[in-house]
Amino acid sequence: MTTLTFEDFTPGHFGTFGPRHVTREDILAFAAEFDPQPMHLDEAAANASMLKGLSGSGWHLGSIMMRMLFDGFIGRTASLGSPGVNEMRWLAPLRPGDDLTLDVDVAEARISNSRPETGIVTFKGTIRNAAGMVLCEMESPIIVRRRIEAGAK
Amino acid sequence: MRFFEDIEIGAQREFGSFTFTAADIKRFATQFDPQRFHLDEEAGRKSLFGGLAASGWHVAAVCMKLLVADGKRLTAEAVARGEQVAVWGPSPGFRELRWIKPVLAGDTVSFSNQVETKRTSAKRPEWGILQARNTGINQRGEVVFTFLATAFVPRRNPG
Repeated sequence: MTTLTFEDFTPGHFGTFGPRHVTREDILAFAAEFDPQPMHLDEAAANASMLKGLSGSGWHLGSIMMRMLFDGFIGRTASLGSPGVNEMRWLAPLRPGDDLTLDVDVAEARISNSRPETGIVTFKGTIRNAAGMVLCEMESPIIVRRRIEAGAK
Repeated sequence: MRFFEDIEIGAQREFGSFTFTAADIKRFATQFDPQRFHLDEEAGRKSLFGGLAASGWHVAAVCMKLLVADGKRLTAEAVARGEQVAVWGPSPGFRELRWIKPVLAGDTVSFSNQVETKRTSAKRPEWGILQARNTGINQRGEVVFTFLATAFVPRRNPG
């Protein structure tokens, strides 16, 4: 399989990935370790919360998006890592049994000033459940190597 | 936890530290971020990170873990004083998350936060909306991680 480089990322829709199934056990295990708030662990407390039912941690959803990005394309991309996340919007709760789909759009792709052998690809990731409801939207840059000849002086 | 009215802009709090072992880093990465520089020491050394580096999502999740643990301590203290306890709501998201320096195996990150803004919600009069900057600093005093968090915080006197 060819490795994707900076040149493979042009503004517009890049791909749709998934579905990825999330179980109640997945939600409870992540919450127990990293986000043990009652709304993520306890059915009765969750029903009384703003989210009205057991929901996964937003950080779990972010971590799942990372895994879906990896399986979708980052695992076969000459990626050097990411400097951060510009914005994450948690719009609807992650529920036990959800089947998640990830849409990736390239918002911007530019050559790095400080490391001209690399480019910075800013993408927008959108996760939807099987009903098509948007659960979260994230905008994040990743650093991607350019093709060898492009980076050569 | 405290009510919206009791929280002051500019208030700072240190809420815990965590040492990232190689085993922790690999376990999280195997599940959520299996890029080679998060799984293998040699691949990490050859990467921009210069060593086995924790996934940025792992650093963020640990920050949340320590925030929740600190919230539970604050709640227990409030209960012990016989005060009414505020149960915080969910978060609508975050902004400006920066993975500034790698967190390598063996690094200890200490986390703190500072309240930046607070506003009431017309749509949800029983809730206020709080923004706080969370920051992680390693054992060498270098800022490694920061983001601007948002949360719904209950009001003592709605509306």
